[in-house]
Amino acid sequence: MAMRLPDPGGRFGDFGGQYLPESLVPACQELEAAFRLAWADPGFLGEYHSILRDYAGRPTPVTECHNLSQQLGVRVLLKREDLTHTGSHKINNVIGQALLTRRMGKRQVVAETGAGQHGVATATACALFGLECVVYMGEVDVERQALNVFRMKLLGAEVHPVSSGSRTLKDAINEAMRHWVATVESTHYCLGSVMGPHPYPWMVREFQRVVGDEAREQARAVLGGSDPDYVVACVGGGSNAAGTFAGFVDTDARLVGVEPAGGAAIGKGIPGVVHGSKSFLLQDEHGQVLEAHSISAGLDYPGVGPEHAHLASLGRARYVAAGDAEVLEALQLLSRSEGIIPALEPAHALAWIVRAAGSDELPEGSTVLMTLSGRGDKDAQQVMELLG
Amino acid sequence: MSEVVPLEATLRQRRDGGRKLLVPYVTGGLGADWLDVIRAYADAGADAVEVGLAFSDPVMDGPTIQAASQRALEQGATPSGVVAALGSADVGVPLVVMTYYNVVFRSGHRRFAAALRDNGVAGAIVPDLPLEELDDWDRAATDGGVETVLLASPVTPDDRLARLVERTRGFVYGVGLMGVTGERERVAASTSILAKRLKAATDKPVIIGFGVSTPAHAAEVATEADGVIVASALMRKRLDGAGPQELGAVVAGLRAALDAL
Repeated sequence: MAMRLPDPGGRFGDFGGQYLPESLVPACQELEAAFRLAWADPGFLGEYHSILRDYAGRPTPVTECHNLSQQLGVRVLLKREDLTHTGSHKINNVIGQALLTRRMGKRQVVAETGAGQHGVATATACALFGLECVVYMGEVDVERQALNVFRMKLLGAEVHPVSSGSRTLKDAINEAMRHWVATVESTHYCLGSVMGPHPYPWMVREFQRVVGDEAREQARAVLGGSDPDYVVACVGGGSNAAGTFAGFVDTDARLVGVEPAGGAAIGKGIPGVVHGSKSFLLQDEHGQVLEAHSISAGLDYPGVGPEHAHLASLGRARYVAAGDAEVLEALQLLSRSEGIIPALEPAHALAWIVRAAGSDELPEGSTVLMTLSGRGDKDAQQVMELLG
Repeated sequence: MSEVVPLEATLRQRRDGGRKLLVPYVTGGLGADWLDVIRAYADAGADAVEVGLAFSDPVMDGPTIQAASQRALEQGATPSGVVAALGSADVGVPLVVMTYYNVVFRSGHRRFAAALRDNGVAGAIVPDLPLEELDDWDRAATDGGVETVLLASPVTPDDRLARLVERTRGFVYGVGLMGVTGERERVAASTSILAKRLKAATDKPVIIGFGVSTPAHAAEVATEADGVIVASALMRKRLDGAGPQELGAVVAGLRAALDAL
C-alpha cells in the first residue's frame, strides 16, 4: 500500500534514504525518533490539531467553482489552503516542526524558502513559540518576493540572501544545510517540503496529510458520498501534493501532480541524489544538478520529493507539466471566474485542468478536487509586471 | 597510465617511520596547470594528495571550495575528465579523490571505481555517503581496489565511531569542527577531542581536516593526530592566481612545521 511508512532506511521503493554528511546523521536520527514518538502521542497530536484549528484556521473549506466548472465542463472543487493563516499550506508543516523543535529542546530554527511562503510560515511559528529563526532565500527570489522578505523580517526572522549557484531554492537549501552543520546541536532544520534526508519526506507528508484527510470528507459531502474522479496538486518539492494525495491514495481517485515545465524533475529528470535523498533530478551526464527555470519561485527546483518518484514508478500518481504562459492564463481565469486569486504555484495545477478538461486526460463531466495551496497576494507585483 | 600508489599502506609506513602526514587538496581542473600543482605538492613533501571532483551543490564546503568548484566547472572540468587526466600525473604519492555521491551514482559505482583504479587513483572520499548508505558503493570500490575514506565528526557517538573506523580504508578523515570547510582563525576545541577519540579507537592513520589553515594549526593538530588535510588555505591562494610554485611553497611551509614536531 502506497503512502504508509518508509522502510527502516527511510526509503519509498528505490527512493529516499539518508545521504548526509556524518555531522548531520545524529541530528536526523534524533529527529526521526522524536517524530516517531510525538506522532504516536495523543498529547502532541492534540496540541498540533488545536493550534491548526485555533491559530491557523483549520479546517479550510472546499469550494465548488460553479462558474469555472460550467466553462470547463468538469466539476472543479478547490481545497482552500489559501485561507489558512499566512496564506498557504506551509503553516501545517511548520506548526508540527516547531512543536517538535520545542520537544527536542532546541531553541533556533533554520529554514530555506523559495517563494517565501515557507519562510513566512516558519517565521510565524517561531514568533509564536519564542524560537530564533534564520531563513535562507536565493537572491533572485528575494527580488521577486520582496513582500514576503519584509513579512519575515517583521515577524522577527533573520533573512539571508543567497548569492551562490542559481540563486534560487536549490541554493537556499544548500546554505540552510551549511548553517545547520555548524549549529546542529542547538538548531532544528525546518525543511519546507517532502524532500531531504529521512525522516523529512515522511514527516512533512504526515504534517501535511491534514489537507488530504479534510478534503476527502469535504469532497464526499459535496459529491454525495463519492470521491472525486481526479485529485490534482502542483509539485515542486511536492508537499501540498503529498498531503493531498495521502488522503486519497486508498480511493479510486486518479492522482495528478503538476510540475512546472522548466523544473519537471519527474517528467524530464533521471534518478539522482541531492539534498539528502535519492529521487528524480534534473542533471547533466556528469551528475551536475541543472538549474530549474520557472515563473514560480516555489516550484523553481530541479528535484522532487522521493515519495513522488515512488508514486510515479508505481503508476499510482501521474505527473504532468504546465508552462509559464498557461499558468498566467489560469491565474487570471480563476481570479475573474471565481473571485479567487491563486498563487503562481497552484495556478500550475489549474493550468493543467484547463488544458486537459474535455480531453481523454480529463473527460467532460469528471469531478476534480484541486488543492489551492496558496493565495496570490505574494505574486501580485510579479504578475502585474509580467502582464504589463 | 599511473600505477596506483596504495593509500593506507603508504600512510601507515610513513607514520610508523615517525613522520606526520600531510595531505594537501586541489580542485581538479581548476586552471590549466592543475596537474603541476599536484606535482608541486608531492615535491614539497605531501604524503598523499586529495583531488576534488567539482560538484554543482557542495553542501559540506564553505565559500572558498564552493568558488573553486564553480570556477573549475566554468572552465569545463568534468569528473571523468579530471580522473582521466590523473592517469598521467605520475607523482609517486597516493591520490584520493573527493566528490559528492551524485557524481559517483551518475557514473555508476563499478564504472567509477574502475576509472579511478585505471588512472592511478587509490582512494575516494564521498562526504554525503554515511554508513547507512555505504554498502553498494563500498562493494564496488572494494572489488575495484579503491579505498573508501570515511569521515568522522565531533558529534559521532562512540559506538558509531567504532563501526566507522572499522569500515574506513586508507585513513580515517576526522572532521575537526562542526561546520563546513574553510579557513578559521584558530583550531576548534573539538579538533583535539576528536583526534584523541579517533587515536584511541583505531590503529589506522588519523588525519584531520576542516579549519586547518596555517603551519601553526597543522603542528597543533598533528600533536594529537597522525596528520592534517589542508584545502581552503591553498585554494584561496589558487583562486587569487597562485601557480604550482607558490602553492608548493605553502605546502613546504606546512611540511616544515610538521617535521619540527
